[in-house]
Amino acid sequence: MRAVDAVLECLKAEGVDVVFGYPGGANIPTYDALYDSGIRHILVRHEAGGGHAAEGYAKATGKVGVAFGTSGPGATNLVTPIMDAMMDSVPVVFITGQVRTDLLGTDGFQEADVIGITMPAVKHSIMIQHPNEIPRALHEAFHIARTGRPGPVVLDIPTDLSKADIDYVPITDVRLPGYQPTTEGNVKQIRQAAKALAAARRPVIYAGGGVILGNASEELVAFCRADRFPVTTTLNGLGGFPAPDPQWLGMLGMHGTRTANYAMDEADLICCIGARFDDRITGKLSEFAPRAKFIHIDVDPAEISKNVPAHIPIVGDCKGILAKLKAEYDELGADPARLSDWWQRIEGWQGKHPLAYEDSHDEEIKPQRLIEAVYEATGGDAIITTDVGQHQMWAAQYYHYKFPRQWISSGGLGTMGFGLPAAMGAAIGCPEKTVVCITGDGSIQMNAQEFATCAQEGIPVKVIISNNGYLGMVRQWQELFWDKRYSSVDMGEFPDFVKLADAYGCTGVRLTNKGTLVDDLKAAIATPGPVVVDVRVTREENTYPMIVPGEAARDMVG
Amino acid sequence: MGEPGVKEVLSLEDLEAAGSVKSGRKHILSILVENKPGVLTRVTSLFARRGFNIDTLSVGPTDDDHISRITITLDGANHPIDQVTKQLHKLVNVLKIRDLEPTGAVSRELAMFKVAADGAQRAEVMQLCEIFRAKVIDVTKRSIVVEVTGTVDKIEAFERNVRPFGLIEMMRTGEIAIARGRGET
Ligand SMILES: Cc1ncc(C[n+]2csc(CCOP(=O)(O)OP(=O)(O)O)c2C)c(N)n1
Ligand SMILES: [Mg+2]
Repeated sequence: MRAVDAVLECLKAEGVDVVFGYPGGANIPTYDALYDSGIRHILVRHEAGGGHAAEGYAKATGKVGVAFGTSGPGATNLVTPIMDAMMDSVPVVFITGQVRTDLLGTDGFQEADVIGITMPAVKHSIMIQHPNEIPRALHEAFHIARTGRPGPVVLDIPTDLSKADIDYVPITDVRLPGYQPTTEGNVKQIRQAAKALAAARRPVIYAGGGVILGNASEELVAFCRADRFPVTTTLNGLGGFPAPDPQWLGMLGMHGTRTANYAMDEADLICCIGARFDDRITGKLSEFAPRAKFIHIDVDPAEISKNVPAHIPIVGDCKGILAKLKAEYDELGADPARLSDWWQRIEGWQGKHPLAYEDSHDEEIKPQRLIEAVYEATGGDAIITTDVGQHQMWAAQYYHYKFPRQWISSGGLGTMGFGLPAAMGAAIGCPEKTVVCITGDGSIQMNAQEFATCAQEGIPVKVIISNNGYLGMVRQWQELFWDKRYSSVDMGEFPDFVKLADAYGCTGVRLTNKGTLVDDLKAAIATPGPVVVDVRVTREENTYPMIVPGEAARDMVG
Repeated sequence: MGEPGVKEVLSLEDLEAAGSVKSGRKHILSILVENKPGVLTRVTSLFARRGFNIDTLSVGPTDDDHISRITITLDGANHPIDQVTKQLHKLVNVLKIRDLEPTGAVSRELAMFKVAADGAQRAEVMQLCEIFRAKVIDVTKRSIVVEVTGTVDKIEAFERNVRPFGLIEMMRTGEIAIARGRGET
């Protein structure tokens, strides 16, 4: 059979039912094989849209997302989603067409060294040298993308090789001598961690995206309930622990709650699970959690002691580790009363510094209010994707996430333009769910072409634009740290998003009535098909509280 | 529970942090990789991206066709070596990494020196070569090329001594190292 037909066979064997992509000269063979393969293809309007859609699909379902692109510009358009998937450990296989092998290295038409360009942005990449390698390479790609710490894998297939005839034999074993992720946590270390937790007087559980990726939310909750452990998560960890909850301190980090950040600051023991002490979490590293000892659980050994030295490192899959940790902890019979002083302190902060904003006294809709209204309108049940900026932080703060994979956002790379395509992927992966993309007037324009995809494919995403007419987050930084010199952040009132939605074949509505906001949102969300909701919000509102970049977490402002 | 020697309740103060420490000494990393296109680039690009500085690098085949060996030396004063090796381990084509202790391995480097050596100087240079057990591998009227094999210290000592005669050019391969004793590197 043709090598490309084998590609499709392999995709089916991997359980792939949908691919997001865009054709071109070098991958026409793949598209020919796709034509009657039975696999659904979503023709996006830009390869980046396809890449982010594959990410959204993967984040929402836990399955491996797949994106296709042609050689040269098709492949370079995928670079942002590839990097995004790398930063957030999203399992996606990117399959790019490449020029014919006899043209390689000659600057042939639409030739780009995709493997070279993406090298620092991938978990792994494979350049096909011989058509017979294709089936094995594909399964390796899936295996690597999905296991250990997940991530993007790029497969580059020269067009002549994809047309070649091969003897296709299904591959059932993938053997990679240089790739053997550790899955089982070391029992002694787990026991040591349990003892440390039992000895701690001011413990904090700090969980990250690894808990979501590792499908360990249930285990996390059970472990946290083993005592009255205070829990915070990173942006990517939202939904890993159900909110609201008496043990929930809110998100931590730059725009996290004061309570979560203060608790980290005063903790004597921090148990980090599937997170990586990113600078947006720690603030000034030398002043981060000065009194704490650290338990660090991660499937990627390189994360341990990378930024913050761990006292008890545990490498492995957090699902199994958390279950064992709970069992070990239960055996110790620790006295929950030892945490009462700590809780008193925490409740003091919670009482004094709740997440709050001052609502407008007129008809103006505050962006925070918009998010609360979305929460109410969706009953807190929707899958929320976001773009990047102030609206993203408000969406993290004012919507409460109660189940894993409910929150889908570009955390590590902070990619504007992620939200809409990610929502498409999530909606296709989870057709029974309401999928809402909370976006900004700036971000939405980075992949607005995907409205056409939504309209054509009938993907019923509900896009809610927190429209402040600004690149709001940049404006905020200019206001706070650059003497209000608003350099190139005013987006004006362009475009008219209602008309834009209309032109793309989506339903567009503009909401201006604060009093009926929740009902209006409900109505918009209930409208079948893709809907774009433009909401004019306070232009110059700031996201607070905030750890000033380079400053200590305890000195949060706002 | 109740393992002999393990305290039931542990005191947090006794916990010590692991890793991320800079050893302060030179490290020789002996890395076995799959012999596939682009693998060396993956390794060096990782060093570049993470800001790890390579002092020397040499690549060559091993007794197995499918496997190459990369030997990298770097300064443990500037880099947390465990981070370097852990990041390297994440490369799928990297099979094995040995962080060789200078005392537990023998290392060699090859260098070639082109030295100005006319007339009276020539004898002196030849004498120096003899002391260092260096080999003259090319002679012209006004210059000679000398091959020196040995430890880095020896090569550097030779360089210092030969420089006054007029060092025209020097080339060094970078170190390779092999573990002492019966075990594989
Ligand atoms: C691709 C990309 N370019 C630039 C940035 C820098 N950036 C971060 S937030 C932001 C403003 C986003 O504006 P908008 O989408 O309107 O959201 P708002 O902050 O106003 O809610 C910008 C430009 C980015 N994150 N991504
Ligand atoms: Mg904006």
